[in-house]
Amino acid sequence: MQPTDTRNPDYFHKVVDCQWACPAHTDVPGYIRLIAQGQYTEAFLLNRQSNVFPGILGRVCDRPCEPACRRGRVEDKPVAICRLKRVAADLADDYTDRLPKAPAQKNGKRVACVGAGPASLTVANDLLPLGYEVVIFEGLQVPGGLMRSNIPSFRLPAEVLDREIDDIVGMGAELKTGHRIQSMKLLLAEGFDAIFVGTGAPKGKELKLPGRYDDAARVHIGIDWLEAVAFEHIKAIGEKVLIIGVGNTAMDCCRTSLRLGAKSVKVMARKPRQFFKASVWELDDAEEEQVEIVINRSPKAFVTEGGKLRGMLFDVMEYDVDASGRITAERILGEEMLPADDIIVAVGQENAFPWVERDLGIEFDKWDVPKIGEKTFESTRPGVFFGGDSAFGPKNIIWAVEHGHQAAISIHKHCQGEAVADRLPDGMNLQTSKMGMHEWAYSNNYNSAERRLMPHVGLKERFQKLNIEVELGFTAEQFAEEVERCLNCDVQTVFTDKLCIECDACIDICPVDCLTMTPSGTEEELRGRLTAPAPNISQDLFVSGPLPQTGRVMVKDEDLCVHCGLCAERCPTAAWDMQKFTLLHPHASDEARQPR
Amino acid sequence: MSFITKPKVAHPQLPRNELNLTVRDYEGAMSTLCAGCGHDSITGAIMQAAFELAIPPYRMAKLSGIGCSSKTPAYFASASHGFNTVHGRMPSVATGANAANPDLYYIGVSGDGDTLSIGLGQFLHAVRRNLNMLYLIENNGVYGLTKGQFSASADVGSRAKKGETNQQPPIDPALTLLATGATFIARSFSGDREQLVPLIKAGLTHRGFAVIDVISPCVTFNDHEGSTKSYEFTRKHAMTAIYADFVPPAREIRAQYAAGEAMPVQMHDGSQIVLRKADGAYDPTDRVAAFEYIQTHQKAGEIVTGLLYIDETKPDMHELANTPPGPLASLPFAKVCPGNKTLASIQSRLR
Ligand SMILES: Cc1cc2nc3c(=O)[nH]c(=O)nc-3n(C[C@H](O)[C@H](O)[C@H](O)COP(=O)(O)OP(=O)(O)OC[C@H]3O[C@@H](n4cnc5c(N)ncnc54)[C@H](O)[C@@H]3O)c2cc1C
Ligand SMILES: Cc1ncc(C[n+]2csc(CCOP(=O)(O)OP(=O)(O)O)c2C)c(N)n1
Ligand code: SF4
Ligand code: SF4
Ligand code: SF4
Ligand SMILES: [Mg+2]
Repeated sequence: MQPTDTRNPDYFHKVVDCQWACPAHTDVPGYIRLIAQGQYTEAFLLNRQSNVFPGILGRVCDRPCEPACRRGRVEDKPVAICRLKRVAADLADDYTDRLPKAPAQKNGKRVACVGAGPASLTVANDLLPLGYEVVIFEGLQVPGGLMRSNIPSFRLPAEVLDREIDDIVGMGAELKTGHRIQSMKLLLAEGFDAIFVGTGAPKGKELKLPGRYDDAARVHIGIDWLEAVAFEHIKAIGEKVLIIGVGNTAMDCCRTSLRLGAKSVKVMARKPRQFFKASVWELDDAEEEQVEIVINRSPKAFVTEGGKLRGMLFDVMEYDVDASGRITAERILGEEMLPADDIIVAVGQENAFPWVERDLGIEFDKWDVPKIGEKTFESTRPGVFFGGDSAFGPKNIIWAVEHGHQAAISIHKHCQGEAVADRLPDGMNLQTSKMGMHEWAYSNNYNSAERRLMPHVGLKERFQKLNIEVELGFTAEQFAEEVERCLNCDVQTVFTDKLCIECDACIDICPVDCLTMTPSGTEEELRGRLTAPAPNISQDLFVSGPLPQTGRVMVKDEDLCVHCGLCAERCPTAAWDMQKFTLLHPHASDEARQPR
Repeated sequence: MSFITKPKVAHPQLPRNELNLTVRDYEGAMSTLCAGCGHDSITGAIMQAAFELAIPPYRMAKLSGIGCSSKTPAYFASASHGFNTVHGRMPSVATGANAANPDLYYIGVSGDGDTLSIGLGQFLHAVRRNLNMLYLIENNGVYGLTKGQFSASADVGSRAKKGETNQQPPIDPALTLLATGATFIARSFSGDREQLVPLIKAGLTHRGFAVIDVISPCVTFNDHEGSTKSYEFTRKHAMTAIYADFVPPAREIRAQYAAGEAMPVQMHDGSQIVLRKADGAYDPTDRVAAFEYIQTHQKAGEIVTGLLYIDETKPDMHELANTPPGPLASLPFAKVCPGNKTLASIQSRLR
């Protein structure tokens, strides 16, 4: 193997598994340490730089960081990253005067955002401080997008949503609610310098089966039904409810049904559990509320009697699954009819752009979705950008935020007459954490505490009103323990080969046996002869240059390093050092700071 | 020395031995030696060897004298027996322990000062008794614990950290042992774990007194330019005469050896050591030739390492003294205390 090029910021960034996995690259260990130090406001603001909505995301983020978290490989449960974000947001002091501000002197450029979901709001958040005028058009009466209309208030309280949206709108965005854009052509004619489309994926998928429209009032499309509940157009539901589909929307539908009077709620899944789309924690929360999840039932027909919905007919399925987890064959074992007063169809969402005329130079692909630059988010018509669910189909809030950040960079460049594709690359800072002989600027000892459990409102109480937030948040004792579970993956082990005298001290002290001194070889072959097995190829090997005395190389398997710093403490020559890595992931403000 | 102790968390896929233990189960207390001390690396090699041999920790007895080296038994196999004697007196305590219970694995860890200066007398008598134990000399050429004075193994001309040069001739453990009839003599280097681990395994299985003289740099007082026991000097001047591959009992010799190069030695417990010659001229069973070989290379400035001499046929202390098998504590009472009649007959013989 060639010696590892640690000057490429991606190398150390990848070691911070959570930050690498977070679409917005939130500095997770950074804010966790701030919480540990009681600096909640700083922790909140550090979050906000990347993910813009710490209070919202601290409750409902899809948290791709958690399955990626190193702690989950070292033992079985990851750090409760998301819940700690909520701690920062809940305990932050008034931070208003520390938010970015829009300058009094505007730069004369006007940007339109269509839709007031997280994607558009992020664009506004990034551009307002640079002097842009931002107009947000929202079809509904309130801003927030699906966060408002679909995510139930028992998961995300309205006050939290209001506060974090106000932080952005308060910078001086012009928010036009109840203002649905009907024509892109007319909007273009208004002379904005750039247009950002953040209209989401607003169409719920249909289930075109016999009987669908026989009692249409009792068959609902999940996302429309949730919106109707959120805006109090629907206040009740029948006693027996079937939810078709087992994604996150289905989870919100079943739990909402229970709060509107349903007595028996079944979620119907076509496949076995390992194929469910819903996050594990959403499934757990639903099952805690006695929702029954029925597997291997493929919907066949809506059953009505005299124009009245009676239930649904299913094929009972059986599948053969191979060793790699793929389905190799399926069989129908029989039929089953389950009674229902209401059926909610939650089988997916789609983009839809009926209001974008097709002769404006905005090209659409064969699935009728706009063609968009992967990094620039620009459509084929310069000056028109897409982001969030409207860009590449339904994802989640944190992806919408990152799209917003990237689109804001593009919009800025477009408005300044620069090439949108010519963007600042990621950068990094490394700074030693050494404070003394055996002292580090972080708590390096391994804490063996297990993941804390989120306390919930009692099973009776929570159903009394629709908007009782179920999760209570961590207690002070709980988060004080949880923060110590973080392994500070951003405090990197940095090696200087020419200092090493090959004494073995670091090799012997490493608790997880990740170091080896050995003759170099190819990666595959090296992995076979390290101190401990290194089967996880998704994690890199660090390989040094030749060591001065024997010409061997130092190899580090990054997979399980717990960042305890003992290698650096034991090294007599300081060939190992623990250095704090700071990722510089550019936003529009960084581009604006570049000398032109 | 570190402030936090090595966390208990471990690599989930660490290999396990026949006892279902990982190498981490052979750990001891956190080392208080200087970071980078060769002695710590030897501790690592001992743990690896004991793990590979699947020795139950409670069947090990660790013995030492005084010195940084002699502190190290605290840093491995916490779940074993141990005795830390006064300076240079470990061999006599080891003799007593071994006399009382021949069934344990005795591991003596000592320094060049503890063995060759104050303890030389005791050491050579343990050699003569062919006491069944592994005796490691962690040889750094200085008294590390008392701040780096030259020891009896310091070479003439070796320069101390403060500048003075050693004038007195060194005692070479290998040559001394060849001269006194030792049955297992090896030399190695703390920085060569691949050579050292099989040697420790061989020494632990040897029936009799097995000595490994391990060059073990003192990073604090003897790792500078001008020292002949530094990491760099040892790496430049060590030459392996013979490799010893350890083959456990009931295991076939699987490695391929060139004809005439490999020489298997049957050990007492059924295991084998395959001696692999790096230098075809070397014969580790010929005492006189070994003596000459080592001395010739020493003159040429080379430190000969490997299993330098082995003789599996010599009786150990228990055989020489014709003692009953097993620990004294397991002898039946009637045997330990044969009664008045037997006593009277013994006494009558002495009258
Ligand atoms: C039931 C459900 C639960 C979810 N739960 C989670 C969760 O827990 N965590 C998570 O991370 N994600 C969740 N998501 C996904 C997440 O809400 C979306 O990915 C995210 O909101 C997308 O943001 P966006 O800005 O792209 O668009 P949206 O949030 O969809 O916002 C688009 C906005 O544009 C408006 N609009 C549309 N067309 C026009 C027009 N022509 N003129 C003016 N306004 C228009 C819409 O009214 C809407 O307000 C969930 C989604 C659903 C359906
Ligand atoms: C009877 C006695 N004399 C002297 C000492 C002081 N003393 C302690 S350690 C030591 C030398 C140890 O040298 P060595 O065995 O080489 O061990 P190292 O520290 O180098 O590993 C001496 C002389 C002592 N502790 N007891
Ligand atoms: S242990 Fe901490 S820094 Fe490491 S991946 Fe998990 S949350 Fe991130
Ligand atoms: S502790 Fe330092 S000098 Fe010793 S092997 Fe490790 S990196 Fe090299
Ligand atoms: S003084 Fe020398 S021998 Fe003693 S612990 Fe330090 S480095 Fe090792
Ligand atoms: Mg010494």
